Amino acid sequence: MKVSGRVFKYGDNIDTDVIIPARYLTSADPEHLKEHCMEDIDKSFVERVKPGDIMVAGKNFGCGSSREHAPVAIKASGISLVIASDFARIFYRNAINVGLPILECAEAFEKINEGDEIEADFDTGVITDKTTGECFSSKAFPEFIKNIMASGGLVGYTESELKD
Amino acid sequence: MPMTMTQKILADHAGLDSVAPGDLIEAKLDYVMGNDVTTPPAIKVFEKLGVKEVFDKDRVLMIQDHFTPNKDIKSAELNKTMRCFAREHEIKHYYELGRREMGIEHVILPDNGIVLPGDLVIGADSHTCTYGALGSFSTGVGSTDLACAMARGVTWFKVPDAIKVNLTGTFDKYVTGKDLILNIIGKIGVDGALYKSLEFGGEGIKALSMDQRLTVCNMAIECGAKNGIFPVDNYTLKYISKTNPERFIKSDYKVYAADEDAEYSQVIDIDLSEIPLTVALPHLPSNTRKASDCKDLKIDQVVIGSCTNGRLEDIGAAATIFKGLKVHKDVRCIVIPGSQRVYRQALEMGWLEILDDAGCVISTPTCGPCLGGHMGVLAKGERCVSTTNRNFVGRMGDVESEVILSGVPVAAASAILGRVGTPDEL
Repeated sequence: MKVSGRVFKYGDNIDTDVIIPARYLTSADPEHLKEHCMEDIDKSFVERVKPGDIMVAGKNFGCGSSREHAPVAIKASGISLVIASDFARIFYRNAINVGLPILECAEAFEKINEGDEIEADFDTGVITDKTTGECFSSKAFPEFIKNIMASGGLVGYTESELKD
Repeated sequence: MPMTMTQKILADHAGLDSVAPGDLIEAKLDYVMGNDVTTPPAIKVFEKLGVKEVFDKDRVLMIQDHFTPNKDIKSAELNKTMRCFAREHEIKHYYELGRREMGIEHVILPDNGIVLPGDLVIGADSHTCTYGALGSFSTGVGSTDLACAMARGVTWFKVPDAIKVNLTGTFDKYVTGKDLILNIIGKIGVDGALYKSLEFGGEGIKALSMDQRLTVCNMAIECGAKNGIFPVDNYTLKYISKTNPERFIKSDYKVYAADEDAEYSQVIDIDLSEIPLTVALPHLPSNTRKASDCKDLKIDQVVIGSCTNGRLEDIGAAATIFKGLKVHKDVRCIVIPGSQRVYRQALEMGWLEILDDAGCVISTPTCGPCLGGHMGVLAKGERCVSTTNRNFVGRMGDVESEVILSGVPVAAASAILGRVGTPDEL
């Protein structure tokens, strides 16, 4: 499975309070959350983001609260993948559970620029910057994680596993 | 293979003789907890899974604290969703506002004698790591994990390796566990313990009361840790003999100790006498400074409370400093006892009277302002000294407001001085 899109680039320690501020947690509806995604760090994100776009960030992405609303908001905004140097552990787990693809690659963060067109292959873990022509390798998803992603998250995956 | 405390608890709950860092295990859970923000989405998932009953109605806990008493219609609906589910499923640990057992989740789970040494607890709140103070393993998860755990009473874990924090010495006057944990976060950074356990030890732990240990473990997440944990000692046993005498008498709990030759990825030695009164400046908990170096920072608000510093000892420490003094004319000081029990005890001790005389607002227990929910949201350009746990951009209100984290003595002194300050200036 491959995704491709334009890059929104952020720095280190992007916390869940800026991904989705707590004042919007009175509803867990993805359509409501996506309207405020990244609002406190990048006000124009919501207007600029297009389906398929990709977020690239530094270390400890998603630190802070356990709110699953954070990966849900990013996914609902149309982002197809988040690449970061590394992720905070609760966010990492939540992203997989809600079916938001994530890859860890510090080199990609260093070299990919805001606005670049990039492509990522979940089967091989290869990230290609189509704007600069550079390639980076990250760890590919294991089979069961790929299946969770393909099912749209842990719930869909659990349901399909229960049917089998 | 030698194991850390955390690894032993995980191994036991997975039915294994031993585990090693990186192992993926499925473990039995003693308690599964959610709050008014994270439980409603979990209920939706739970219902979608088509499960009829929770795995154990006495072990699934639902605590209303974030936006309660309901701050608006939407939060009222969130609470209604949780309340209806709790009633339908006869959830034992669901408390209505005002009841003696009610309060902020991480204050009441230890204080009501629910969590005991050796327990394995997950909660859909990142500060669930608090209960490590009792010698238990606890960590935060999201709503989907909560839903699946509510259904099955098990979840999967990746076994963490650990950082040992070796404590010696004792604190100077007014220095507390909050200063200690802020210093650790300042030293290793907000991702310094990512995916790892913070295991505390050394003779210095005797300088930390149970309330302070709860504060220390509460903020383990702020350096990325999976959990923080203290060994069980006489303080722990004395504490649980009061919170749950019935189970204490029957020795119905389990004490785990790290093997002497357990391996740690890092050892941090800290002499407590060298820890200064500390603040964390905006916008990361790792942005620490000596409080005495920040005296030119004027403030608009002080918050004393939260799952980090809303315990009885914290309210007592505030009252000691405020006694006979007044909150600065340009400052609002909001004091939030962490539970109804803490509120009542502080009332009986005469502490609430002292705080009221000083000009503090005393609130019902709630997480409220810590996450910019209600009861003290900041306007653009305002600055708050807060005993809470996070000072991220926009955490307590407007994106251009600022939160400075501190322990109770610095917060109380700052409220009186109208700027960041220390008790010795009063």
